Amino acid sequence: MPRAVARHGARHRMNTAYITGVGNTRFGRLEGLGPLDLMGQAASQALAGARLARRDIDGLLCGYATTLPHLMLSTLFAERFGLQPQYGHGMALGGATGAAMLMLARDLVRVGRCRHVLVVAGENRLSGQARDSAIQTLAQVGDPDVEVPNGASVPAYYALLASRYMAATGLTLDDLAQFAVLMRDNAMRHPDAHLQGAITAADVAASKPIATPLRLLDCCPISDGGMAFVVSATPGDGVAVSIVGAGQAHQHQHLSALDDQMASGASAAANRAFAEAGLARSDIDYLGIYDSFTITLAMLLEETGFAARGQSAAGVRDGRFAPGGRLPLNTHGGLLSFGHCGVAGGMGHAVEAVRQMRGAAGARQGRAPHHAFVHADGGVLSSHVSLILSRSLP
Amino acid sequence: MSAIPHPFSDGLTQGLLRYQRCDDCGRSQSLTRLACMHCGSEHLAWHEATGHGTVVAASVVSRAPSDSFRPLVPYTLVLVELAEGPRVMGHAMPGAAIGDQVKAGTFEHERRSLLRFSPSAQ
Repeated sequence: MPRAVARHGARHRMNTAYITGVGNTRFGRLEGLGPLDLMGQAASQALAGARLARRDIDGLLCGYATTLPHLMLSTLFAERFGLQPQYGHGMALGGATGAAMLMLARDLVRVGRCRHVLVVAGENRLSGQARDSAIQTLAQVGDPDVEVPNGASVPAYYALLASRYMAATGLTLDDLAQFAVLMRDNAMRHPDAHLQGAITAADVAASKPIATPLRLLDCCPISDGGMAFVVSATPGDGVAVSIVGAGQAHQHQHLSALDDQMASGASAAANRAFAEAGLARSDIDYLGIYDSFTITLAMLLEETGFAARGQSAAGVRDGRFAPGGRLPLNTHGGLLSFGHCGVAGGMGHAVEAVRQMRGAAGARQGRAPHHAFVHADGGVLSSHVSLILSRSLP
Repeated sequence: MSAIPHPFSDGLTQGLLRYQRCDDCGRSQSLTRLACMHCGSEHLAWHEATGHGTVVAASVVSRAPSDSFRPLVPYTLVLVELAEGPRVMGHAMPGAAIGDQVKAGTFEHERRSLLRFSPSAQ
């Protein structure tokens, strides 16, 4: 099998990339802090966790901030934070930006371009602008001629998607509510989460309608916050967490161009990540799945193969996705309750997975997972990034 | 709002619902592309649809994204698969549901023509 040998050899020439540090700010309304401040707080925590100094960072990847649409956010941040990296730039892929940055940081480390890459994002999306302004900015992921002029918004795009998917699969309104309640229960165990008040499925059902079938509590909040990772060529101290597989898929931008709602690209990205990792879904014992809306979470769980079509809420009802279950899901509370400030919100799932793997999740700590599956989407299930993280002892 | 002329938006102003079709393979597609999604040809042309189609997604919007749409709430948005194949987004009469057969019309909002679908007569 010369081809297999060649591929095996090629793999061995690559470095392994480890997530050696993670950081986050509190999420919520954080008056008086701009994107660079939030990025700085998260980055400081990630550097401290990795036991690295600023001079050790030779790569820098930044997300975008809608409240600071600067041409060169990475250099702006580097100057403010005190970094002089050999490699750096910003990235923009909507909610999938954080996962895409982790994938690239891994590749920069694998090929030997960088030793320690800082991945960081932060935004004062809640306090830095009027709510209508945020909603308008986000709505522009829609098509400017056929979609946006109708008075459509991101919740409306996902609501349309939900109406179609629920009709096809039998997924119910109460199923969606189960996810909102689980994410809130999880967030209540995290001191930094935006939304901390207990809710029930009845509360979700009674919350004000936004765009049917989605109600207010089916939607993530708009938050201020920041998150960061350090991705390194060396494992760091203690439990090592490596990125062992990654995959992307980009099959459409706009809802009107989504040809098959059962194959948005999530499964294609996941399959690529699993193939690269040489792992199966049955090996996974932690899930970090993007959850901008309850329907997003349900659809992604089902398309990536962690639940049967229309059956994902059974995993909430039977405890499988609970913190003590076989497949703990978003134990930080997800976008739905930890909060969503843009790029950094979408990094929270992987930050929490790393903490659970390293036994650093405080009151939320469960049995340390061996293999975590992380998935993010940007746009309207437009851009997909899957990552597989594995834990090993030093 | 873009000042660049666009066959779809300009068509709505004239009461026409336009879509793109490939001159080479004859397949139609949603939205605006620079190439055919099926065969890769760049020979695309805009055609007029009959306006008949089927509702494939529907939502009643209660939270408008801007002041200009607040007076309209609650309004119904739909994705319609046209008889010619492409999908378009538009408004619809209250009660529109998935599977409904509909016919396109237009209405004026903020000096712009938008699609509004009504039940097709039969």
